[in-house]
Amino acid sequence: MGKTDHKLAVHVKGINKSFGDGSSRLRVLKDIALETREGEIMMLVGPSGCGKTTLISIMAGTLDADEGEVEVFGTPLHKLSKRAVTRFRAQNIGFIFQQFHLIPTLNIVQNASVPLLIQGKSTRFAEKKAKEALASVGLGDRFSHRPNQLSGGQQQRVAIARALVHEPKLIICDEPTAALDAENGQVVMKLFSDVARMPGRSVVIVTHDNRIFQHADRIAQMDDGRIIEVHDVDPNHPAALPGH
Amino acid sequence: MTLLALRMLFGDTAKYLMLVAGLFFATFLMAQQAGVFCGLMLWTTSTLKNVPAPLWVVDENVEQINETNPLRDTDVALVRSVDSVEWAQPLYANLQRARMADGRFKVITLVGIDSTSLAGAPIRLREGRLEDIRLPHSVIIDDLALKRLSLDRNKPIKLGDTFEINDQEARVVGIADAMTSFTGGPYVWTTYSRALQYAPAQRKMLSAVIAAPRPGVSNEAAAEEIEKRTGLRAFVNGDYGASPRDFNKSTIMWYVRNTGIPISFGTTVIIGFIVGIAVSCQTFYSFVLDHMKHLGALKAMGASTWMLTRMLLVQVLTVGFVGYGIGWAATSAFALGAIKNEEPPFYMPDIVPVGVFGVILFICFISALLGIWRVARLEPAMVFRG
Repeated sequence: MGKTDHKLAVHVKGINKSFGDGSSRLRVLKDIALETREGEIMMLVGPSGCGKTTLISIMAGTLDADEGEVEVFGTPLHKLSKRAVTRFRAQNIGFIFQQFHLIPTLNIVQNASVPLLIQGKSTRFAEKKAKEALASVGLGDRFSHRPNQLSGGQQQRVAIARALVHEPKLIICDEPTAALDAENGQVVMKLFSDVARMPGRSVVIVTHDNRIFQHADRIAQMDDGRIIEVHDVDPNHPAALPGH
Repeated sequence: MTLLALRMLFGDTAKYLMLVAGLFFATFLMAQQAGVFCGLMLWTTSTLKNVPAPLWVVDENVEQINETNPLRDTDVALVRSVDSVEWAQPLYANLQRARMADGRFKVITLVGIDSTSLAGAPIRLREGRLEDIRLPHSVIIDDLALKRLSLDRNKPIKLGDTFEINDQEARVVGIADAMTSFTGGPYVWTTYSRALQYAPAQRKMLSAVIAAPRPGVSNEAAAEEIEKRTGLRAFVNGDYGASPRDFNKSTIMWYVRNTGIPISFGTTVIIGFIVGIAVSCQTFYSFVLDHMKHLGALKAMGASTWMLTRMLLVQVLTVGFVGYGIGWAATSAFALGAIKNEEPPFYMPDIVPVGVFGVILFICFISALLGIWRVARLEPAMVFRG
């Protein structure tokens, strides 16, 4: 089955978003339309301030659009109540933040178990699954460590384990390699590639890091609140990637 | 999420300890000061406790036990003539000065009781026999006198020792357990006639008439009839009840209305409350701000505002319970010391622990409110903005 035959994971249409009021009102997203498919890594790239972060916030249901439709795995988020969207996020979306946002007073097992605890699972079950997820990202021997006892790359792997522990359909990543060196960046991207290939999954990454573009299946180029180009990536021809 | 909230709280050791310390301090200050105040107020009624009689008949203008206008000797017979009265006896109770063998003077509360019935005698004697009070120059002292009237600490006053009251000999024939008086001087019991000899002569010497109702008649009914028939004021020696005739309550209320004691203690209690609320609110708000990005991340990951609110409440109530618990442990330690040494005054009515707990809960909720307000306004999308 070719990639174009895959089901839609995220479908946004006619998205507009502004911040501020009156003369200070700033239109950040202008009539955005975008689709991502199951089993692919979609990267959003573009200069700072072009609206990438606002767009993934809307795709993830953490921010409401002024106008437009957002469907995630067939669920129309724009039609749901805030409470329902929150519940949807807890069940279906995994997050990886640029600053990791690991809780420093918890060890990595406790950190990775958070999404399951939010779902209401028992601590014992959540920590068992967290250990499995951490082991899968190569941190099986660091369970009792706290985030500040780990390197940046290891912390990002904890964040990945946390994003995967509840087996979400959609994984949203904001600059996942920004705080990592090249080697750790490649390790993390290999993990994302493996995750995205799992059935019924999709990964959306916002990044400036052109070293990882080769891991994308498709790249959406943004500028000034608009998507100006979406193209498939041929890893055999990196010269065709943005920034090269 | 409860466990997660607690781990977040305990992990931030400095703020956790600061919060606990603030609430401990508030609890201790409010409970200890309230206990000392109540103890002091209890001491104002010590004569009523140390001279047990169900009814006290005094001058019509008397409001409290420590300030009585003398009655005529014939008033005893007047009270006895009331139908509902089983017995009535004269009582002398006033401050006097005792001179010890080394020449020092100490203030005492001299109590003169009827020598026949011994009505108004102390309830419990540690040493000696009550009947010996009828012997010449005999007195019974209370346990406080062991400290106050002893020549030195290693040689406490004992049975057979003597001291002087207005240049007349007083020989100790008994030592009683008694409640400490508000004036800080020991109680000294003797017979009514001898008390009149010890005290400087005045036209009227009868401090009060103590009485008891006939069987089947309530104290309140008897007191009402005494007032109606004699024109004197009759009080019930109750248990700080709601009765308007309760002499204990009337005495305490007099001190509350006419002295600065409640204001003094109340100010300290209010300071405890203010310190508690200031430290707790400031520290907990700072704790929430420190964790704002983590709370934002939890919100983005699907934690509802209500879930985060519950986490904050768990955290603030935990420090509240711990601070309250440690505060009560410290208050209990203080109380044990006070009860053992019989000073400073200390009494803890049931309402105080409940009230202090309520105040601590209030402080906790006010502290949490600021954090909850911030969390409720928190946009989950903020976590993407770094």
